[in-house]
Amino acid sequence: MKTKAVKKILLALVCTTLTIALGACAGDRADDDRSQITIGIPQDVEDSLDPHKAVAAGTEEILFNLYEGLVKPDSDGNLVDALAESHTISDDGLVYTFTLRQNVKFHDGSVMTADDVKYSLDRCADTSSGAPLVAAFSAIESVNILDERTVEVVLTEPDKEFLPYMTAAIIPQANETPEKNPIGTGPYKYVSRAPQENFVMEKFDDYWGEGAHIDLVTLKVIANSDTIVTSLNGGAIDMFLRITLAQSEQVSDDYQVLEGTMNLVQAMYLNNKAKPFDDIRVRQALCYAVDPAGIMEINSNGKGTQVGSSMFPAFGKYYMEELNDLYETDLDKARELLADAGYPDGFSFTLTVPSNYPQHVNCAQVIVEQLKEIGVEAKIQLVEWESWLSTVYTDRNYEATVVGLDASSLTPAAMLRRFTGAASNNFINYQSADYDEAFEKALTSVDDAEKTQYYKECERILAQDAANVYIQDLPCFVALNKKYGGYEFYPLYVQNFASLYLVEEQSN
Amino acid sequence: MKYFIKKLAGLLVTLLVVSFLVFAAFAVIPGDPATAMLGTEATPERVEALREELGLNAPVFVRYVGWAADFVRGDFGTSYRYNMSVKEMIQDKVPVTLTLTAMSFCMIVLIAIPLGLVCARHAGGWLDRSVIVINQIIMAVPAFFSGILITLVFGLILHFFVPGDYVSYQTNLPRFLGYMFFPAVAIALPKAAMAVKLLRTSVLAQMKLDYVRTAYSRGNATREVLYRHVLKNAMIPVVTFLGMALADMIAGSIIIEQVFNIPGMGRILLTSISNRDYPVVEAVIVCIAFLVIIINFIVDLIYQAIDPRITFE
Repeated sequence: MKTKAVKKILLALVCTTLTIALGACAGDRADDDRSQITIGIPQDVEDSLDPHKAVAAGTEEILFNLYEGLVKPDSDGNLVDALAESHTISDDGLVYTFTLRQNVKFHDGSVMTADDVKYSLDRCADTSSGAPLVAAFSAIESVNILDERTVEVVLTEPDKEFLPYMTAAIIPQANETPEKNPIGTGPYKYVSRAPQENFVMEKFDDYWGEGAHIDLVTLKVIANSDTIVTSLNGGAIDMFLRITLAQSEQVSDDYQVLEGTMNLVQAMYLNNKAKPFDDIRVRQALCYAVDPAGIMEINSNGKGTQVGSSMFPAFGKYYMEELNDLYETDLDKARELLADAGYPDGFSFTLTVPSNYPQHVNCAQVIVEQLKEIGVEAKIQLVEWESWLSTVYTDRNYEATVVGLDASSLTPAAMLRRFTGAASNNFINYQSADYDEAFEKALTSVDDAEKTQYYKECERILAQDAANVYIQDLPCFVALNKKYGGYEFYPLYVQNFASLYLVEEQSN
Repeated sequence: MKYFIKKLAGLLVTLLVVSFLVFAAFAVIPGDPATAMLGTEATPERVEALREELGLNAPVFVRYVGWAADFVRGDFGTSYRYNMSVKEMIQDKVPVTLTLTAMSFCMIVLIAIPLGLVCARHAGGWLDRSVIVINQIIMAVPAFFSGILITLVFGLILHFFVPGDYVSYQTNLPRFLGYMFFPAVAIALPKAAMAVKLLRTSVLAQMKLDYVRTAYSRGNATREVLYRHVLKNAMIPVVTFLGMALADMIAGSIIIEQVFNIPGMGRILLTSISNRDYPVVEAVIVCIAFLVIIINFIVDLIYQAIDPRITFE
């Protein structure tokens, strides 16, 4: 008797499981008529949603869609007026005056006022917690409301390059919990987030400008890089930001692979204080031995742009292509320099590389092989990114590392300031009086041509001193379903989803 | 009664030790939540201010006591990264992992017990032999690999499901369960294979014992002997195995969650460790430890139900 009952229960269980599973398989994906796109991201927006407190690059590039500043970058990297209708910079570089755009609405429906602007800028400059939320804002003397549509920002010292910092988000003063309830003026507004799962935004209908085309944007976290291609080919996501070259070759014909650049300087950064890298001859020898073209050939089929100093091509007039030829690969010269420096038989060192960046790990592996040619033995030590940040970047306890450094804003100072002697993030311990002087002159000069010249001088000094072994600006690939168009690469760490559109919608 | 008190005390001590070990581990490994949060744009002043804000400047032990006191009162703290309460973050993830575990557990029981019995009953027959061979193969394949194979065959070729198209159970329950079906299969397969083998061996061992001969001599048919007498005795090692497997599946679902892109407890745990987000890591680990201990406890109770001779004092 008992066994019959057990059998019945078992049968019932099997039936239920199958019904649920099969029923679910037939489920339909489309939820409503609104246009939507699902975008895969490798890392969650794991940060505060408060635009002034969020610091992770991965968060900032997403928040670009929710928040705007008085000015914002366009896809060429130029700053255009956003919440300001126009702006003027005084000749002495001390006073920035903004005329505010009228009737700009926040996502909660309220209208942006001069008070909100002052509140937001003051908040970034607030030093009550010990340091301003945005480091550069310590240069602000005061923010004054001249009338209800004019705000001026007065600096403590002349600085003609302060405008990029005016991209800082303007938020409503009335919002008490911006970290949970993000309210901005951007083309998209926040809907919901589920940690490690997704981040949902919808089109903001009252946007002051042209606005977005797609109604609903869902960012889906695909943490395991092995599932990116299956998720794309299976149709679970329509787009993935930053796939590798190998992945781009595996995606199906439904996708277009767009190619851009990562806008960073990938280099083997050397601790200029650690032996033997404190000797310029040793550093130069490494530069002669490492062949960037060979690295690109092996890792990305030759794709990538060589760089010869801490500046990448998106910086336009500041980028110096001529520095690429400074150290034409020459193994004999490298051996000679090593012998001069007292290392005729080479030496060995540890190359600390963050393990979560395959592009840097792959690069390091090729470097190791190339250095063997001149008798230098590099041992790769893989560390987590968080360990890298504290050991290498903060404590400067390393010999050499391979990473990419980008610019937080499109000013040459953002790339070059870190190599001045006193910079707190001068993690390569580079010291050069000439460099510091040239940098200071570049900062203070008011004439644009002169400024450019001094910045170039800085780049040249870095290259001649062989402060680092410069390699390339990495190529970047984006997979996008052919149903969509309009993706734009920015020279900054920014993703603009408002420019995306459905192809058939556009042809109608 | 004494048994329960003992178990409860054991539970508390285990949770205390586990949670303290997590704190201690974070004190030893390099990396700091403040530098991890601020990244390459950090200035020493901002890092210091943030450390102060997060209360990271106090010694480990003081921080631990503070955390434990809050935890006991039901306050799991706030995630450093997400700025959300840890409870809010985890409560949506626990059901995901539990569903996955429960589904694969049901599959193991549904497959292993009938199959193990049939094999034992017809030991040496064609079915038994082929099951033994297939079993060997399945046991040798780890869950993450069968996961990849399943994705390829059922997802990309047969289109039974869309790989990566996970839906939360709050949005659409049937689709959620449907998506969880294949990951559950991947977890269940190697464990079911082991359970079949175990049950078969156990039944065959029991069949040689005296009580079985006695049962036969009283005129019982094989069926009756098997179900009424042998099964109960043969189940003891299988229950032990199932209990261990269940605990293992909860703690080990991390890998399968990665393969199928399921945002469960495993995913939260992994990312929180690399973010040095202690409050979240603590809560997840304590949660897993708690579940594992409870399962062990239930297994003990089942032993007693199966075999009243087993008592716990």
